[in-house]
Order: sequence, then C-alpha cells, then structure tokens
Amino acid sequence: MSAETGGGRDFLSNLGKIYGIYTGGFAAFVILLGILEQVGVPERIIGFLFVALTLAIYAGIGILTRTMQVSEYYVAGRSVPAFYNGMATAADWMSGASFLAMAGTLYALGYDGLAFVLGWTGGYILVAVLIAPYLRKFGAYTVPDFLAARYGGNFARLLGIVVLMAASFVYVVAQIRGTGLIAERFLGIPYDVGVFVGIAGILLCSMLGGMRAVTWTQVAQYIVLIIAYLIPVIIMSAQRTGVPIPQVMYGEALQAITQLEQTKPALEGAKPHLTPYSTYAQFDFFALIFCLMVGTASLPHVLMRYFTTPSVREARQSVGWSLLFIFLLYFTAPAYAAFVKWEIYENVIGQPLTSLPDWVYVWGENARVNICGVAAASLEAIQTACSTAVEGGTDIVLRDQFSITRDVVVIATPEIAGLPFVITGLVGAGGLAAALSTADGLLLAMANALSHDIYYKMLDPNAPTKRRLVVARIILFGVAIAGALTATIAPPDILKLVAWAFSLAAAGNFPALMLGIWWKRCNTPGAIAGIMAGFGATLAYLIWTAAPPLGLGNPEIMSVANISAAVFGLPIGFVVMIVVSLITPAPSKEMQDMVDEVRRPRGGVVQAEKT
Amino acid sequence: MSNGNDEAYWSKTKGLMYVCIAVWVFFGYIIHLFVDAMNQIVIFNFPLGFWMGAQGSLIAFVVLIFWFSSRPDAIDREFGVAED
Repeated sequence: MSAETGGGRDFLSNLGKIYGIYTGGFAAFVILLGILEQVGVPERIIGFLFVALTLAIYAGIGILTRTMQVSEYYVAGRSVPAFYNGMATAADWMSGASFLAMAGTLYALGYDGLAFVLGWTGGYILVAVLIAPYLRKFGAYTVPDFLAARYGGNFARLLGIVVLMAASFVYVVAQIRGTGLIAERFLGIPYDVGVFVGIAGILLCSMLGGMRAVTWTQVAQYIVLIIAYLIPVIIMSAQRTGVPIPQVMYGEALQAITQLEQTKPALEGAKPHLTPYSTYAQFDFFALIFCLMVGTASLPHVLMRYFTTPSVREARQSVGWSLLFIFLLYFTAPAYAAFVKWEIYENVIGQPLTSLPDWVYVWGENARVNICGVAAASLEAIQTACSTAVEGGTDIVLRDQFSITRDVVVIATPEIAGLPFVITGLVGAGGLAAALSTADGLLLAMANALSHDIYYKMLDPNAPTKRRLVVARIILFGVAIAGALTATIAPPDILKLVAWAFSLAAAGNFPALMLGIWWKRCNTPGAIAGIMAGFGATLAYLIWTAAPPLGLGNPEIMSVANISAAVFGLPIGFVVMIVVSLITPAPSKEMQDMVDEVRRPRGGVVQAEKT
Repeated sequence: MSNGNDEAYWSKTKGLMYVCIAVWVFFGYIIHLFVDAMNQIVIFNFPLGFWMGAQGSLIAFVVLIFWFSSRPDAIDREFGVAED
C-alpha cells in the first residue's frame, strides 16, 4: 500500500498489483477468521473483527489518498481508468438495499420483481449512449454545472440543485440507516450509536480526499461486496445441484418451486413464482421498468462518476464496465431468490412445528422470521401462537402463517446452507460495503453541489482554492451530520421515500440533460419551464397518492403506482420543454457552437476550471 | 472549427444512437410482452419468458453496451474529431 502515499502516477500505474494484493489479503483475512471460529473464538468477536477491519481499510485508503487540489477533490484529477471507474460506479450504484433486499424482493414477488432487475441495469444503456460521454466532454464538476452553462446561468443551476438534493437526501438517509443496522448487529452497539460509527467511516473516506478518495475506496468496497454476495449462493448451488454456478443451475430450483406450488397442500394459494403480473398490472410493470431506467440515467451521484475518466472514449468504455460489474450481482439475485424459496417451500412450509430447521429460530429471535403472527423465537412461542392463529389450531407451518423479512434472504443464506458464522460475517461486511459506498457517493454529490455550485459559483466566485476546499469539507461534514440525525429521529416510514428518488431525478434531470445535448434548439426558457413542470408534476403525484403521513393518500390515477410517478412527469417535462423552446427565440450562435463542441470528442474540456 | 463535416459526423452518431435505443427498447420492453408464450418453451429447466427477464435481457444489455462503446471511436476517427 505504500505506493499510494507516493501520490498520483506511482499509484495509478500499479493499480492491478495494489488491488490484487488487497483482494488476496481480504481472502486471507476471511480464512483466518474462519480458522479462529473453528478454534472457538465467539461469533461476536468474529463479527466485530469483520466490521472493524473493513472500516479501517476504507478509512486508511481515504487518508492515503487525501488531496489539496481542487480537480483531485471534485473529479479525481480526471485520471481514473475506465475499468476501475466501472468498479467504483458499481459500488456507488448498488446500495445496501440492492445488496440485502433485491433477492428478497424477487423471493416475495416472483416474476414481477424482475422489473427492478431490468430497470436497474437497462438504464446504463441510456447513460452510455445519450449522456455520460457528452457531460465528460463538457468538463463539469457537477450536474448543475452543466445545466447552468447550457441554460443561461444560476437559475437553471439552482433548479439542478433542488432536483439533486431531492433525489439524494432521503437516499443517503436510507444508506446511513443500513450502516447503523449492520453495526448494531455485528458490533453489538445500540442503533443510534451505530449510525454515528457508520457516518464516521463514511467521513473518513470522503472528507480528506473528496472524489479521489471516494473512488479508490469504492473500488475496494466493490471487491468486498461482490465476493460476499457470490460466495453463499455458490456454495448453496453446489450443495443443491452439485454444480457451483448458481446463475446457470437455479433452473432446477425454479422447477422444484413450481412443482411444490402445485402439489404441496400447505402451499395452496401461493403466488406462482414464474407467472407474470401477480403483483403489478402489466402496464405498471413496464412503467416501473421505464422509470427506474430513466432514473438511473438521471441520478447525479452516478453521472458524476463519469466526470473522472481521462477521456471521452474512456467515459464510454467505463459505462460498459459499470454495467458488467453491476450485472454480476443482479443476474445472481434471481438465483438467490430461487434457492432460498426452494429451501423454504421444501423444509419449512408444511413441516411440523417441532421439526423446523435451526436457522428459522436464529432469525426468528429478532422477528425477521414470523410464524403464526409472532416472532419465531422458540418452539413454545410458535406452538402457543399457532394453536389459536387458525381455526382449530395447526401443528404444521402454513403458507400464510409464515413470513420472512425481505432483507434477510441474502444474509440468512449462509445459515440456511449450514455454513459457519464466518460466512454470515462476510455477508454483513458486504452489506456494509454496499451501504457505505453508496452513502459516500451521495454525500459527495450533495456536498459538491452546495460547495461548488452554491458557494463558489453563486456566492463567492473569487474564493481562493484553499478556502474552497475548506468550505467543501465543512459542508460535507454538515450534510453527513444532517443525514445521520435524520436517520436516528425519522420514522422507518421515511425509507419509502427512497423509491421516489428515481422518479424525481428522471423527471427533473433527464429531459434537460438529453435535449441539452441532442437538440440545439432547446433554450433557456424551455428548459426552465420543462424542469419545473416535469419535476413539479412528479412531486405532486407522489404527494397526492402516497399514504399519510407522507402524502394525501388519494387513489392512484390510471392505477399508476406511486413509485412510477415519472410516467406522468417525464412526458410533461418533455412536452413543456419542447413547446416553450419553440415559441421562444432560438439559443445564441455561441450557445449552439458550445453544443457542437460538447458533441465532438476532440479538443479539451469545454468549460475549463482554474485549479 | 465548424465545417461541413460536422453535419455528417453528427448524423452518423445519431444513427448509432437510434440503433442502440431500438435494441434497448426491444430487450427492455418488447420481448417481455411475450412472456407467457415464451414460458411455454423450457430450456435447461428455465422457462424462456422468465429467463429473459431475469438474465437474458441483462446479457443483451451488457453485450450492447460493449458493442456500443467500440463504435463511436471509429466514427470519430472517420471524421477527424477523435481525441488523439
């Protein structure tokens, strides 16, 4: 690791070696903990070591890559190779919820859950083809930066900041909450304290080195999270099918599930796993895919990752690598869901209460698994509950009397497969890496918008470099604390707001970014009216339909789910933007030349920054 | 900087964009309209309709994006607007 202190070049030319050693070291660490467990070290200590050591590594990278240069702080000196930027983006993108709850959602929804798998991967096509290379050529530090340059200054910038904050703040609260919950479970500290341990880890990574530090930490976090995600399901596949390739072998699980659904009396009435539209109507299913895809191409914390590549060409390639690294997790999630469902349908549902597998009680203890309406903490507890839960009582587990929390499906897999605790600890470390890396990216996106766009561009354009960087760090700290406080005091209901981020970002950003690049005629009045109309309509629909206390709880229009609100907001945004642009004068010659410049890879960045 | 090349360059870039978006629409949406029919076909234990949603389209996206990222460079060079 000493190469990193040598600064830029040394470090960049040895990336393969450094991360190779890091990956090997991490594997050795997992094996060492496995040995410790075998010789009798308690689980609590194993869990603690996992969380503590990974946090220490991330913080260490953050400290080693600290910087006092503006361009290093905001865009990692535009020196991140496509491959590594792909890994960093994948970690940035896949949140604690993707890691822990994606498979659980597929478990619960069957085919309909695939809307998330499709929506969260297909959006990268839009990023690569329509947006990222052009924003990279433009040379912005933030997404609002581009909006300001293209649409006549600070009002457009301010709108961009509103959209960015709306799409990022609740999202980051959810990540901080995730780190708190994992710290609670693996460090054995109270949740409120866990939140601040998590935030300390996040700040250590990002505060000293900004984008540069976050990039190299996210690469390290991606390696941990993907190893942690794949290992349990690979072992489970080997146990069940004899072949350790779950992505290919889970067809067997699908067949077994279908067969059990049709033949096992206790499963009567179960939603068929393979049948479409049992949860969402067909239109809803496609609307959700569309909103998630366009939302992906509009989220500022994702787009800003492509500002860090050395060239436009590498920005394009880097979107490809991002999708490949994300794909590794998402195309495994359906296998997770199928293997866990197979196990539950075979060995839990329909079984006598007296012969349930141990893992049911391990996760029942904290009410993640419920049977007959009570936490499956002990045999006595569920026997008592089941004697009155259905008419005449039941001594076997009935389908509708069994429930498992979505975010447990992945983390319980090691126990379901009968693996030692060290693998559970590994999955915990992976979930922590996923939550931390996304939180890093989101916090940086928000803090950069406030420090670069509001403070430097709007309030004090003559601020010297040193002061800009100090202000950037103070704001980062402030946003992090605000996020942590919200995570400790807000009701869990707030997590529902995360799903809003995609629709809000899509309606607020996508038309302005896309038309700004692909349609020269788009002008300032059009863009401003379009952003306000699209974002406003989406927000209004969200508040109109969301259940109280978040919204007014009115019935959905045309049965469009709350989460797909951009289905209204996007067309409204596009139409308003185009119509208003056409009835107002065309943009100036200079502006049209700038658009030409953005379209051509040749030449330096359009908007050069003094550093 | 601006010359007649620009028009031709941009129309070729746009052509590539339309092709990519069409493939994206096909694998993101169109093909999933036929999920029930495709589920009648079972390959290696996978009903095809389910598999397309779970993995097939994802593989198509990855292939498309890598194919795409190799294309613009050729166009850039042809019209002399590549970075180097």
